[in-house]
Amino acid sequence: MNKTSNPQDLAQIAKRVRREIVSMITAAKSGHPGGSLSAAEILVTLYFDVMKHDPANHHWADRDRFILGKGHACPVLYSVMAECGYTPLDKLNTFRQLGSIYQGHPDVRFIPALEASTGSLGEGLSLGLGMACAARLNGSPSRAYVVLGDGEIQEGQIWEAAMFGAFHKLDNCVCIVDYNKIQLDGFTKDIMDVEPLADKWRAFGWHTIEVDGHSIEALQAAFAEAAATKGKPTVLIAHTIKGKGVSFMENNPKFHGTAPTAAECEQALKELA
Amino acid sequence: MVANKFELKPGGATREAFGKTLVELGRASTDVVVCDADLSKSTYTHLFAKEFPERFFSCGIAESNMVAIGAGLASAGKTAFVSSFSAFVLNKGFEQLRVTAAYPNVPLKVVGTHSGISIGEDGPSQMSIEDISLACSLPGFAVFSPADEVSMAAIMKLAVAHPGPVFIRAGRAKTLVVYGPEQQFEIGKAIELVTGTDVVLIAHGLMVAESLKAVDLLAAEGISAGVVDMHTIKPIDRDAIVRAAAVGAIVVSEEHLVDCGLGVRVAQVLSETKPCIVEYVGVQNTYAESGTPDAILDKYGLRAANVADAAKRALARKRG
Repeated sequence: MNKTSNPQDLAQIAKRVRREIVSMITAAKSGHPGGSLSAAEILVTLYFDVMKHDPANHHWADRDRFILGKGHACPVLYSVMAECGYTPLDKLNTFRQLGSIYQGHPDVRFIPALEASTGSLGEGLSLGLGMACAARLNGSPSRAYVVLGDGEIQEGQIWEAAMFGAFHKLDNCVCIVDYNKIQLDGFTKDIMDVEPLADKWRAFGWHTIEVDGHSIEALQAAFAEAAATKGKPTVLIAHTIKGKGVSFMENNPKFHGTAPTAAECEQALKELA
Repeated sequence: MVANKFELKPGGATREAFGKTLVELGRASTDVVVCDADLSKSTYTHLFAKEFPERFFSCGIAESNMVAIGAGLASAGKTAFVSSFSAFVLNKGFEQLRVTAAYPNVPLKVVGTHSGISIGEDGPSQMSIEDISLACSLPGFAVFSPADEVSMAAIMKLAVAHPGPVFIRAGRAKTLVVYGPEQQFEIGKAIELVTGTDVVLIAHGLMVAESLKAVDLLAAEGISAGVVDMHTIKPIDRDAIVRAAAVGAIVVSEEHLVDCGLGVRVAQVLSETKPCIVEYVGVQNTYAESGTPDAILDKYGLRAANVADAAKRALARKRG
């Protein structure tokens, strides 16, 4: 795969990823477009620039680990992994069909290059921290990157994990909260407000960076700051827009878990051209 | 009539054997790591923590996180043990056992101590009477309930070599030693300890020793009883169950709810192979209470005399 640190190139990849997200969810007639689109720059920046990994050797012991805590946003992960060369691009539109490797939520039985099967919210950060513990014991430079949803952090296990990460000084783990402010039932502030969010993570002992989650340059700088931070784990609170890139999906709770119609898909792909 | 050839000597608790064996395993491989949730002095993982502090992960009182931390360690190639009271690691960690260990087939090693009701004074919130059922409901998990310290040590070594996730049940109470150090164990192979011609007593955990004692009680009444230690509850030894059924009467005894433990698994195998009269000894659709372990086991009917009574009921039904 061709990695790049050029923000313009990464933005182009993110745009392609957005088109693939919309197409595969439309083909599947179900899925979660909003939270997939909001995380596009985060995953593209990680997979194409920040993380050390090798699609030709996915069992490489010193690889960085990526875990999508918010497993329902797997279209963005499938698209990025396919763009990297882990899995076939031309099969993305089999998403959610019987026999497809692109299961409804990430499933290591179908894609061994995934680091974890997720979908039940709240468990990914613990897994990433466990992998970070193993890397430290092995003297490995491997780092763990875990993307969480903002609704997901309502799960109590997240805060058990947050305590664990700081207590064990796991500076080789980076958590990214995709803070798009919307969850299934509506706006996060109306369902179970997670504010004051940065204060919470700081109080739990994490190096906390607030960042524009759609600015590739800002994400690159934040990941560099995380790598330079020693003695504590880092969390990026990535301010994002749910449904980013498709006008009628942006900030619209309906598109948390609803597939676009064929006509909506056509409109979306025009906007993402 | 077969005399009980077992001299049941007092031994240590299976939790203590767990802790000691962990240290041995830790010396044998630097890949062995242990997570505990503020109960290391009770689970005996403090022995491992003392010798290998860098490989011991204190998780605080947070079992859900502990299970998934262990799954992360195991996913990254470590031989990861997670341990707490069985009631806590199974009940509070069940969702994580399901999604981070069973579903992706991560070879996590889960050890629940203080199982059953023989913990005594602490009472039902700490008593694990449904852990076998929960663990067996996880696809791909191997589930063990050792009868004594010898079998605990042997089964832990088998569990480490096993490529999938495992649950091992340990107890707080001291056990009677059933096995000599030379005894060989194999996953999924029950041990036929005594041969009998009238009835076969199948058990796991501390009810193995009670069943052995019941053999003597029954022999005094002219009844020949066999004993089978079903140390592996999943995958279950179907052949051993079919062989037991040949005598026409079976008693299954366990320190667990009768509605969802070994007994129903034995009955399932029998219904598929060789239907047989079965009586069950276990905790009856209730929670126990505080008391000394002996008083609790007496009150809730988990004694050799209860096993012998059940055997006589089975024989009466057999004779029609």
